[in-house]
Amino acid sequence: VPIPPDFRTGLPRMDWSLLITQFLNGLQLGLLLFLLASGLTLIFGIMDFINLSHGSFYMIGAYFCGTVVALTGSFLAGIVFGLVGIFIVGAVVERFIARRLYRSDHLDHVLVTFGLILIFDTLVHLLWGAQGMAIPLPDILNGQIEIGTLVLPTYRVLIIACGLLVAALLYVLVVRTRLGMLIRAGASNRTMVEALGVNINRLYLIVFALGAAMAGFAGMLIAPITEASIGMGNDIIIVAFVVVIVGGIGSVKGAFYAALILGMLDTLSRSYLDVVLQLFMPVNYAETAAPALSAMLIYVLMAAVLAFRPQGLFPPAGAK
Amino acid sequence: VTRWLPKTVSSRIYAALLVLLAVAPFVLGWLDQPFYLDLLSRGLILAIAVVSLNLILGYGGMVSLGHAAYIGIGAYCVGIPAYYDYYSGWLHLALAIGVGGLFALITGAISLRTRGVYFIMITMAFSQMIFFIFLSLEEYGADDGLVIYARSEFPDWLSMDSALGLYYWIFTVLLLSLFFIHRLVHAHFGRVIVGSKFNEQRMQALGFNTYRYRLACYVLSAMLCSVAGVLLGNFAGFISPDIMSWPRSGELIFMVIIGGVGTLFGPLVGTIAFVLLEEFLSALTVYWHLIFGILLVLLVLYGKGGIHGWLGPLDRRGEDHG
Repeated sequence: VPIPPDFRTGLPRMDWSLLITQFLNGLQLGLLLFLLASGLTLIFGIMDFINLSHGSFYMIGAYFCGTVVALTGSFLAGIVFGLVGIFIVGAVVERFIARRLYRSDHLDHVLVTFGLILIFDTLVHLLWGAQGMAIPLPDILNGQIEIGTLVLPTYRVLIIACGLLVAALLYVLVVRTRLGMLIRAGASNRTMVEALGVNINRLYLIVFALGAAMAGFAGMLIAPITEASIGMGNDIIIVAFVVVIVGGIGSVKGAFYAALILGMLDTLSRSYLDVVLQLFMPVNYAETAAPALSAMLIYVLMAAVLAFRPQGLFPPAGAK
Repeated sequence: VTRWLPKTVSSRIYAALLVLLAVAPFVLGWLDQPFYLDLLSRGLILAIAVVSLNLILGYGGMVSLGHAAYIGIGAYCVGIPAYYDYYSGWLHLALAIGVGGLFALITGAISLRTRGVYFIMITMAFSQMIFFIFLSLEEYGADDGLVIYARSEFPDWLSMDSALGLYYWIFTVLLLSLFFIHRLVHAHFGRVIVGSKFNEQRMQALGFNTYRYRLACYVLSAMLCSVAGVLLGNFAGFISPDIMSWPRSGELIFMVIIGGVGTLFGPLVGTIAFVLLEEFLSALTVYWHLIFGILLVLLVLYGKGGIHGWLGPLDRRGEDHG
């Protein structure tokens, strides 16, 4: 049933439950972006390494999880084994490929990691076939949670909870542990950390594999909704790059806020921009312009940040 | 007679290649192989785009991971006017150069304020923005693409309606862009561009406003790439946002690298090698991307200098004898 327009403004009446749903969708997208971008930003910040194939970890994580779920029937086992698997993949990529390139220029990083995307996409095609892989959810997660008049899908709430949990764990890791201290030091001044005699190779390996695991985790979380498919990470990774730029390279805190802002902006503009535009222009123009404009919005935000604050919103302390 | 030949072995090979490309349509026509003429046309269109990318990437050190956006802009500057029944070729070319140049001016002005990793990611992000805009334009087909029913109209002697006419359009644009870039990099302008790739501070200390030079170079390259897009739109007769998705930009960089970064003919040779390899491997197996990926990784780790680099030893041997 279409909602009758508000009699005072003539605009569509605010549908609060839709707004809350869209808000949660934005939060969900933001947290997934954070899982991808936090690894990326650390790898940029600490190793000065541009990893285009970070989106491949997102995809491989989903496929690992789906395979284990198909074998064991347990979603939890899928997540646990998937995380271990993608951590190992990340470590192997770091040890045998990325490590050889830290000293070469960025063009080499782009080329090799672009090659890795081709390799990973084709390997997934070889191993799992061209069709996507659906991941069934256990019954408990398939239901809905009712809060008052509000009905929320359990699984979406779980994604949000997991995203917040990982963010909290990462915060504790970065701010409260010795490893985190080294990570922060590395993001601020890599040369000094090396000069102080820290085993820099081990630090790089852990950061890279941890980043891969977080990207893989994001893939596992989204796959039951979208299903795992070849190249699923290739579009979202660009948005994750935008998050890294907006937040400030090397800053996990920046990645967190930027991911939430961009996730929210993207989701809400897709559903409400046409309504907003109708305030200024005829309905048919608004409905043509809105999708194109909402597709541009996050990039315009990025351009604005670069123009006024090139170091990002929250650059790591003491970064050059 | 040898006085008229190019001096080094590699430049003789390149000269022979150009002659070969000039007569190729007749040879292929005689052999009755229209498929290979199509393949060659597509390859040379890509070569123009790759040559334009090499101008900023090879000579200027600006690693743009969004150059395919300009191919898309050029192609849609044919497709959208054609959708409204405007078929004038000059209009298409002027639109492509204007729109491509303007987009490059705006995005370049922002992205050239940054360097290194930032520049790579920002060019990629802006190209993805254009990609998503065209993906959301339902009027022009969105992801289903847009069919161009007739080629751009030019005076009879310039007509691109026949396969042969289009081929010589492409070949001429390619020759002109090679000549243009040759003159450009050997002129004052090019020296500043190459200089600021290696040491921007020194160029600034010498009194050059390197930002302006780099921006001008970026815009020129984008305009040339937009022309390649016009040719692609005419050649393919069908365009979709996919031609400007960022993996396409990655492939363009790949082609520059195979041939040899920052050399005049490297991009042309690299593109031809890429297109032939793609054709050959994709006929062989559906998993040909795997071979491409491995090749790319090995090329970076071990094969410095691309094909032009491999020809280097031949030149030096020639010098010894001389």
